[in-house]
Amino acid sequence: MDALKLGTGSTLDYEEDGYVSPNITQFIVVKFGEEQYGIDIKYVDNIIRMQRITRVPKVAPYIKGVINVRGEVLPVMSVRLKMDLEEDVETKSTRIIILKLEQHGNIGIVVDEVKEVVNLEDSQIENAYNRTKDDKLSFIYGIGKYEGGLISLLNLNAVALEKDMM
Amino acid sequence: MDVSQYLEIFIDETKEHLQNLNTQILNLEQDSENQDTINEIFRAAHSLKGMAGTMGYKRMQTLTHDMENVFSEVRNGNIKVKANMIDILFQCLDALEEYLDTIQSSADEGTNDNEPLIKALNQILNGEDGGEAPKQEESAAPAEKESAPAAAGAGEDGAKWTSIALGESETMVLGQALEQGRKVYGLTVYVEESCILKAARAFLVFKAVEELGEVLVSNPPVQEIEDEKFDFDFSIIVITDSPLDKVINAAQSVSEIHRVVGGVLNLDEVPEKEEETGAAEVTETPAAESAAAADTKPQQEPESAKKPAQTPAPVKESAPAAPAPAAKQEKKPAAGKPVVNRTVRVDIEKLDSLMNLVSELIIAKNSLVAATGSADSGAGDNSFNEEIEYLESITTNLHESVMKVRMVPIESVVQKFPRMIRDLQKKLDKKMELYLSGEETELDRTVVDEIGDPLMHLLRNAADHGLESAEKRLERGKPEVGTIRLDAYQDGNNVIIEVSDDGGGIDIEAVKQKALERGVITEDQAWNMSDKDIVNLLFLPSFSTAKKVTDVSGRGVGLDVVKSKIESLSGEVDVKTKLGEGSTWSIRLPLTLAIIQALMVIVGDEKYAIALGSIETIENITKDDIEYVQAEEVINLRGTVIPLIRLDDMLDVPKEKGDDENLVVVIVRKGEKQAGLVVDELIGQQEIVIKSLGKYINKCKFISGATILGDGEVALILDANAMI
Repeated sequence: MDALKLGTGSTLDYEEDGYVSPNITQFIVVKFGEEQYGIDIKYVDNIIRMQRITRVPKVAPYIKGVINVRGEVLPVMSVRLKMDLEEDVETKSTRIIILKLEQHGNIGIVVDEVKEVVNLEDSQIENAYNRTKDDKLSFIYGIGKYEGGLISLLNLNAVALEKDMM
Repeated sequence: MDVSQYLEIFIDETKEHLQNLNTQILNLEQDSENQDTINEIFRAAHSLKGMAGTMGYKRMQTLTHDMENVFSEVRNGNIKVKANMIDILFQCLDALEEYLDTIQSSADEGTNDNEPLIKALNQILNGEDGGEAPKQEESAAPAEKESAPAAAGAGEDGAKWTSIALGESETMVLGQALEQGRKVYGLTVYVEESCILKAARAFLVFKAVEELGEVLVSNPPVQEIEDEKFDFDFSIIVITDSPLDKVINAAQSVSEIHRVVGGVLNLDEVPEKEEETGAAEVTETPAAESAAAADTKPQQEPESAKKPAQTPAPVKESAPAAPAPAAKQEKKPAAGKPVVNRTVRVDIEKLDSLMNLVSELIIAKNSLVAATGSADSGAGDNSFNEEIEYLESITTNLHESVMKVRMVPIESVVQKFPRMIRDLQKKLDKKMELYLSGEETELDRTVVDEIGDPLMHLLRNAADHGLESAEKRLERGKPEVGTIRLDAYQDGNNVIIEVSDDGGGIDIEAVKQKALERGVITEDQAWNMSDKDIVNLLFLPSFSTAKKVTDVSGRGVGLDVVKSKIESLSGEVDVKTKLGEGSTWSIRLPLTLAIIQALMVIVGDEKYAIALGSIETIENITKDDIEYVQAEEVINLRGTVIPLIRLDDMLDVPKEKGDDENLVVVIVRKGEKQAGLVVDELIGQQEIVIKSLGKYINKCKFISGATILGDGEVALILDANAMI
């Protein structure tokens, strides 16, 4: 499996090296369509290429199925479907990001493209001011400003949260 | 002293001792004069007390201490065993279990002093002694008795410390210590022969003694003791300011220490150390008074250090060399018991990871097999095939042995039932007897842990609903004492556990009436239902036929919980009953849950696995064979009408082609029911490793898990049980 292995150590390791000061958070920037989203790197276990996903019958539509990651069977969900965007189109740059979430265990999410890793200082992050019940917005907890662009920071627990299960 | 690292040992051992006490006190109730039983009880209580004390659980210690006092008086024949006393002792055991539960969850014993129990225990003591002996004296007496023979035994029997050879520097240190007015003692500590972690016990002894002084020399050396390279005793020389009694008691307070022999060291009598290892020759001459003890020790020490495997031999030699009266007395009950298996406690997580590795190995093997299958062009790669077959047999064997490691006898679960039945007997005021068989039947550890509650439910049911009252039994011409049986045995790849009673059996009419009353079934349905169907209604949630809700059973939360629990373990539960003669509940469980044989099938373009255990046959049928009953598809297979299930519809598989003329049907069975699963293609039989879908996806009830195929792809495992 040609996987891009990222540092799985906690941010603490970096602090010890004096590498990153505590008020800086690292994000992986991914794309859905033209929009950029940020995923806190401490939740990312692994990024793998798209592979054949085994469909699981009778589950919520946004669950694409299960895959085998190093001998573990993990669920894969479509963030696009979850956020009511149009369905994923598999391309060369499509990736599955394996997230490790305390509440739900490891979960894979499908993203259109993985762009880069950025360091954002707290001052570069603005809390999401819109507190409406709008589903799409509740998946975002803040907006990061980076080199003139905006990055929506994903609230992963909300993304993974079950809703409208069949 | 930090004892947290011993917490696990403590919990495990306390559980064992409590179980032992439960069993032995039950025995005592049957045969109140049996000295062996009383000794065994006393010993277990004593160990418990010591362990609780070492771990700093004062309340537990106090309670066990008072229990021990009672046992001690019983042992000495001062108190006779009475029913009332047995009840109180059982309550004490329950209280101890409560402490243990609290300790397990919070590492603290809680704040319950259990004063009523302690009071009751003391009343037992005082009641027999005419109230003259206050508690303190009582407790002091046995303690003195214990230490007395130990002190007296010093230098005469088993005081192997007298033969410790001292080097020049050590003699000097000792001399200085004596000049400073400190005291020097020698101790020989005997660990119980049943002790599992000798090194840990020795370590505790060292800790305890070092709190009072310093350990100068030990024989064998500390390093060897830590490596468990000693038999059942070791000797130390201690420099301290405390009196001898205190040091001996400190060492003795460690649990599983059989006895401690100690005495004041006289420098003149100490054998001198030779330069080389020829200690044996030297010790024989000067240690004249302790010749017997000195004889064996130096010989076996170098021997055992070199070849640990040979240690059992010297044990036999040294045992008669220590003819302690106390030891003989306590050995008697042990002699009758089967020899304890040599066991190692292994963390279940380690076993799990081992199991995972084996699983991966099997997956790797499967992919090799798949690779040869596809590349099997000519006959030229015979050797390659042979190698693969070899690998296959190795993985199978490895899998089997790892599985066996995880297997434990169900004994640990069923052991507690005699006690429970005894309690029920009093509570329900019925006479009953429990017969156990097949306690040695082994099941996967995870299954054994889960099976206790369902079995308890079934036994309670049998006792409460099954068995009639004594009068009724006599009326019906049955023996007054009801019989409940719990039988376990292995049947192929399954283990069957049966709970049966010779009571009234299930009143099918009553069940039917109840179901109608509750609106569970309609009149029409009731007419059409077979007796079996009606009995199965009992497994529905909130269905209890008990006329009154008792404390024991009948809250309607019993059988459906039993059923769902057993099914979660991939098992089934079934009941056979005959009105007036009793009922038999049988639980069928698979031997293991992790790796199974499965049939791989294709539906649409998806692969699915069906557990071989639930497959009856595979049939090829034509479209014309399908008949319709109430608009449902069925087939008539050799006289049996079997409903068809179209897997592609059931699993929402995208349809690509129209219906074939010929269908492949996998006939699956669940208990007595059958169904035919229509699949597109068969791949073949394969050993599969069951992986959980994780808690994130568990909504699909037809899917029991997933497995990883040889090519790394994931296939889902169909739960045939859920489809029928």
